[in-house]
Order: sequence, then C-alpha cells, then structure tokens
Amino acid sequence: MLIDSGSPRAMETIGISLTINGETRNLQVAPWTTLLDLLREGLDLTGTKKGCDHGQCGACTVLVDGKRINSCLALAVMKDGAEITTIEGLGQAGAMHPLQAAFVEHDAFQCGYCTPGQICSAAGMLAEGHAHSREEIREAMSGNICRCGAYTNIVDAIEDVMQSGAAR
Amino acid sequence: MVTTISSTGTDSFVGTARSRVDGPAKVTGLAKYAGEFAAPDLAHGYVVSGGIAKGRITAIDTTSAEAVPGVIKVYTHENRPRTAWLDYNYRDAVAPPGSPFRALYDDAIHYSGQPVALVVAEDFETARYAASLVRVTYEAELPAVNVGAQAELAYDPPMKRAGIKPPPEPWGDADGAFQAAPKKVANDYRLAVEHHNPMEPHASTVVWEGGGKITVYDKIQGVSNSHGYIAAVFGMNKEDVRVLNPYLGGGFGIGLRPQYQLFLAVLAARDLERSVRVTLTRDQMFTFGYRPDVRQRVSLGADAEGRLQSLRHDALSGTSRFEDYQEVVVNWSAILYDCDNVALTYNLTKIDTYTPADMRAPGAVTGVLALEIAMDELAYETGQDPIALRLKNYSESDRTEGKPFGSKALRACYAEGADRFGWARRNPEPRSMRDGRELVGWGMATGVWESLMQQSSAQATLTADGKLTVGNSTGDLGTGTYTILTQIAADALGLQMEDVTTKLGDTDLAEAPVAGGSWTAASSGTAVMKACRKIAAEVFGMARAMDDSPLANVDFDRVVFSDGRISVAGDPSRSVSLVEAMRAGGVDKVEATDSAGPDSGHAKEFSAYTHSAIFAEVKVDEDLGQIRVTRIVSAIAAGKIINPKTARSQILGGVVMGIGSALEEESMLDHTIGRFMNHNLAEYHVPVNADIHDIDVIFVEEEDRANPMGVKGLGEIGIVGTAAAIANAVFHATGKRIRELPITVDKILG
Repeated sequence: MLIDSGSPRAMETIGISLTINGETRNLQVAPWTTLLDLLREGLDLTGTKKGCDHGQCGACTVLVDGKRINSCLALAVMKDGAEITTIEGLGQAGAMHPLQAAFVEHDAFQCGYCTPGQICSAAGMLAEGHAHSREEIREAMSGNICRCGAYTNIVDAIEDVMQSGAAR
Repeated sequence: MVTTISSTGTDSFVGTARSRVDGPAKVTGLAKYAGEFAAPDLAHGYVVSGGIAKGRITAIDTTSAEAVPGVIKVYTHENRPRTAWLDYNYRDAVAPPGSPFRALYDDAIHYSGQPVALVVAEDFETARYAASLVRVTYEAELPAVNVGAQAELAYDPPMKRAGIKPPPEPWGDADGAFQAAPKKVANDYRLAVEHHNPMEPHASTVVWEGGGKITVYDKIQGVSNSHGYIAAVFGMNKEDVRVLNPYLGGGFGIGLRPQYQLFLAVLAARDLERSVRVTLTRDQMFTFGYRPDVRQRVSLGADAEGRLQSLRHDALSGTSRFEDYQEVVVNWSAILYDCDNVALTYNLTKIDTYTPADMRAPGAVTGVLALEIAMDELAYETGQDPIALRLKNYSESDRTEGKPFGSKALRACYAEGADRFGWARRNPEPRSMRDGRELVGWGMATGVWESLMQQSSAQATLTADGKLTVGNSTGDLGTGTYTILTQIAADALGLQMEDVTTKLGDTDLAEAPVAGGSWTAASSGTAVMKACRKIAAEVFGMARAMDDSPLANVDFDRVVFSDGRISVAGDPSRSVSLVEAMRAGGVDKVEATDSAGPDSGHAKEFSAYTHSAIFAEVKVDEDLGQIRVTRIVSAIAAGKIINPKTARSQILGGVVMGIGSALEEESMLDHTIGRFMNHNLAEYHVPVNADIHDIDVIFVEEEDRANPMGVKGLGEIGIVGTAAAIANAVFHATGKRIRELPITVDKILG
C-alpha cells in the first residue's frame, strides 16, 4: 500500500475479472482505481461520465449486476466477478434501447453529458419496479443532476417507456 | 417576406419540430467531450489549488511528489517554462479590460483556489496522489471579499467592456420626481453569487503531434477563442495549433473564455513534447468565474394609478483586482418601462476573488430580478393588477437608445401567458389561496434580453452523391445548433435532413465566434444559409447550361429547390436534379464559404430585444417553510422559431436554472478566509428532478427583420425574470417580501 509518509513506490496491481457489456475481461487494476476511472481511462468506455467524482451528480451511473450505482464511489477491485452494463452496452446508434430512443424522441437532454447516467439510472429504476407515477419517477431520478434542465422531458421519456413496458 | 430561405428552397424543415441530429451519439455514449479523446502515451496532469486567498508563496516543496514513481514532472512558478510577457497576449476574444490571470506566473496569490502547481504523471491516480504531497507555505494577508464592505471604493470602470453598453445618461429629474410622487417603492435587492456548474468539468487534452504541432481538445464555447489564446500566449503559429471541441458538456458562459487548465495542459505538453490531459475536479470548478455579487437599489415613484413618474436603479458589482468585469444590469429598467425621469448607475468595486464570468443572461438575470420584484411591490402599493401596471408603463420605444423596437410582442406574451395560466382567477390578496396545509401563491414577471448577431462565416460542400456538409468553428453547448443548421441547410438546397451533415467546433472549419449571448442561431444560421445559396446558384448555372435544359431561360429567382431537384416555381414538370446538374457540369463537388454579420442599417434604426412573461405558482408549507414551484408558464417573443422542439428545451432549461436562482443556488463566501465554502454539488444546490413540476412554454407570433431569418435567439430569455415571478408568487402566498435570493426556508420562517 502507498501511504502519505515513507518512501513511495509504484502501486501494485491486482488481477480481477469483469464482464463488461457482455464481454468478460481479465484486468490488472491498481486498488486505488475507481470503476469509473477504469472504464474511462483504462478501457476507453468514455460514455460513462465524471461530473463530480463524489457520488453527488449521478453522471457516472452504470448497472452492476443489474443495479444502478455511482461508479465513482466503487473501487474496481471491489467488483471482481461482477457483470457491468454501461451506456455503450445498453444499445447502439443502429439498435437503440427503448430508453435511448425515448430520450431522443422527447428531447430529454441538451448537452448530453448527464445523459448516459440518466439513461442507465432510468433502466435501473424501471428494473426496481418501485416508481409508478410521474411523482415517483421524479423522486427516484433525483440522484441524477441535469444542469441543462431537461427534467420534464426526462420524465416524459421514462414514463413513455414505462407505460409501453418496452424496457422489460 | 421575412424568410429568404423560402425564396430558393422549401420550408420543409425550418419551423418544424425535429429531434436532435446529434441525439443518437449522445444517448449511446459515442459523443466525445474534451477530456475523453485518447492519445498515444498520454500523460495526466492534476492541479494543486492554493490554500489562501491573498498573499504570497514563501516556499513550495515538490520533492515528495516528484519521488512518487510514475510522476513525470511537477510545474510551479519556480520552474514554469517561459510564456508571453505582455498582458495583451493573454487577453482572449471576450476578456474584460484588465490584466488576465496567469497560472504559475509568480509567487503572488490573488484568490482562493488559485492553481499553484501542476503534477504530471503516467496515470491519473498517481498524479492525483502526488498532488496531495506538494507542500506550499504562504505568507497570508487578510482578503477583502465582501462587496458591501467595499462600497466606499466604488468606481465607474474607466475602460468599458466591448459589447456591454454602459448606463445611458440620466433624463428628467429622477430624484425630484421621486420626492414628489404620491406612491413610492424603494428597496435593496441582492441575488446570491452563483456558479455555472456545467455537468462536464473543464478539461483540455493536448495531443503532441511532433514537430512543434499540437491538436487540442478544449472545453470552450468556441474553439477560435482558445486557438488565438494558445498562439499568442505560447508564441506559436496558428497553423501549428488545431483546436477541436465537437461537444460541450454544458457551458452557460463559463466556457466562453479559455481557462487555466488549457494553459497548464499546453504548457506541459510543449515542455515534455508529449500528449497531456488536464481535467479539473468539481471543487476546482469553483476556482474561476461566477455570477458576480451585485448590490442593487431600485426606487420607483408613481402616481396614484401606478403610472411611473420616477425610475432609479443603482447597482454596485464586485469584480476581481485584475480585471474590470462588466455586464448590463440596470439599463433593462428603462428599456422595459416608459418613464420621463430616469437615473441608472452601475459601478464596480474590487474584491480578492477571480474575475466574475458571464453566466446565462449575464446582468439581466440580476437587474430584471430587482426591477420585477419592485414592480410587484408597486402593484400592491397602488392597488393595481401586476399585468395592468406593466401595460400602463409599457415602453413603445427604447429610450436608452432613442430608437423604436424592431419588434416587441410583449403584450401578446402577457395575454397568452395569463390566459394559459388562468391569471384572471387570481385573488390578489396575499395568503388568500390555499391547498390543504399549503399556502398557494401566484406571481408574474417580465423578461428581456438583447437580440444579437455576430460576424460569422460558414462553409458548405455539396458532393455529386447529393450529400451536403456544412459547418463552422462555433460550439453547440446543447443548444441545438447542429440540428437547426442542418434544417436550414436542407431547406436551402431542398435536401432531406439525412443528406446533410453539420460539423462544428474545429478550427479547420470556417471561422465563427464563441457561442454566447443567444446570437448563434442568427449568426451561424444566416452564414450557413448564404453559403448554401451560393452553391444553389452555382449548381443552377450548371443545370441551365445543360443541353435542352428544362431550366433554359429561367432566372434564379424563379426556381425552387426541393426533393434534391431544381424546378421552375409553379411548374414542377420542368426540373433538373442537383446530381444531374453537377454531372453535366463535370464536377464532383461544389464548395462555398460565406459570412454574415449584423445589419448595421437596421441596427441604426431599431433596437432589438427578446421578451417574455413568466407566470409562477408556488405552494408553501406554512409550518416547514418549504417552497415548491408547482407550475410555470413562460410566454416568449423571440421572432421566428426554427425548431420548436429544441427551442422549447432551451426555455425549459432557462426556467429550471431560474428556479435554482430563486430557491437554491448560493455560493457562500467566507469573508475571513475569502473562499467559496460550499464548493461541491452536495452543498451548492441546483434543481434536481423532484424540484421540477409543470413547465409550459408558449412562443408567441413575432416578425422581426434584424436578420434574413427573423431569428432573435433563445439561450438566455428563458431564465430572465423567472426568479422574480417566483419571488412574487412567494409574497402572494405568504405575505413575506423576500428581496435577497435564493429564498430559503430560514427566510420564510424567520
């Protein structure tokens, strides 16, 4: 371990296995690397965004074993063996996930930076099955900040998908 | 005829709701932002932020940091490579007058959070860790950051900021008329300091291309500004620097000027001859520009029926020690209302912070907030309906400039907004409306913003497969510029939107300014349209020259472009396809560049503004003091709307930020240590989904001739006046007049 005093030395790495967007990868990861930084810097999966690095904005939301988490608050080594879905794995431009298509249709973003996190969070929220009304969607999506203020359109998009049952 | 587009093309796309053309890239994670571009052998820089607000660095110890394996170099003011000497070189395209801040320049500390070192390492985590080992010793002085306490040092800025109109000379006798007025309202107002906090933190990726050339991905609202800055500061040829930024994760004004991460990343990349990325942390997003602290007083004198007899608006704004930041705060009062005795003043005082920055509708958010709360107070003082009072004082011309308005459909905003909101059912008595245990309040306000245009160029290329590419160097902040330019170009040449590709944010493209001030649709839109018209004329020439051309002897102004064909107006049987014409002309592509700028003749004759009327419903928990904004109706007069879908989103975004202004956003300066204390998104509150309820956007009909498209701009108008409407609704609900925003629970219960 590297600590603040004494003679610093290179961080050792640990072998882990992650299934990312359906592909199993064996990786050597330093223990201080967050899941977010592994995705963005290590694997060039930059669709997952860093907005605050403190679990305060939700831009880094990904699905780990089907549950939405802030990937900035998870060390990659803690997720050894986990199945991870990022925005790139949810759907692609030619074959979009219903939430992705609904976000485009309802103009549920502007700058697009919070969008992958919003969509992954919405997918996790729909899987949780607790939200049934607009009011409940608002509440359950309040961990994802959109500074452009697309909230009403985000709720429209999610409600659209929820009502059609397309995400299940 | 207002739209020249329809004289050559069809109106298939302009004016219709279209999904964003960049939508699929954004929802699938393909859209790359400045800090996300890969480069071989990329090194990572991490900024060390200073710990005091004023004083000097007496020692800086980097030995522990440098000893960490993987650290490449630590830059401080002691070992910084040489950069340009004169201030002039650091003044970017939109800099206010003064001496721009230079990172790592010397041992002087000008503000809290100032960058004092850059650690560059092989990976991000190592750079971050080593940055924590840099030890800085300071000799600290007491900073002065309280604008109110610096009031006696107020001054009229000697150098005016380009594009910012100083207050007009007073007319009539405002003070005398105020004394004589039977009805008076005079109060102080203050909006808290706000930080833009775009979701994407500032980042620059500098790719070392070898041979002294660099490619830079920089978070900026227009790459031409970073381009000029880098060339001047580092003494580089512009040809050796290419700056790109295809997507911007939010700007709101904080991306207008190049920021210190760009300077540091370029400095390190040139010194190391290696690619370097510097991304700021969320904390560090509080270490440069912000919406300034402005102390305002509005004094209104009126006759018994509410007719204004005196209007005085005084503002004192904080700025940094090193630059005189200026914005238009007080002029709006005399632009919106007609009064014979007017005095407007705007002064600055210096504090030990970074220079304030333009933040969405800079100055107007601040000034119109004070004015529109004061007008609500006058409405109660004179027993008038707030809309009736405003109509009674409605300005038919811009007396600050002595010119009529080119267009002003504000009456329609009041009428249509009030109708949609149900304003007629309002009982004006405060605390008269209830919903269970919540007090209900209805308030309204007016918004105004300048309609601007900037000199911009654009390029267009039509290839023989019938595909068109258009673009320029400006940025799309999420405003929808990619989409509207695609619509304009498709219509100009009668193509499908799928056949048009728009490219933005690249200094290799035709030059355009930063995207700001709500000027991009008018400026880049007109330039793209003109470039496409040049292509249309050239291809038409080829079509007419064809053997047995169906268009022989037909003039250009008698043809229309639609469905990929040029046909005689009113006789679609006589037509030639663009592809056939180009084949006959023996070319595989046609290229054109053109530019557009403000119509000086029109501007000499008319003033140009967008307007709005905002209606707000709040519900206030009487016991807990919690406020919910349950309903907003925003009626907008902004000329022609190119894309109602993205246009509506622009207004929604402005309204949401206005709700933040009204109830949540507040950067708190500690007056002793001179630091913004709540420098993160847990303590600096912005609206989240649960805070936002129904927002209804109306675009009223308005015809304007300031530019060929009749467009007036939408980026700012949605926020202006929104906080005032909410503050007025809170008064109606509770009977409490809050003049210092945000309106937090303590102010309701206190």
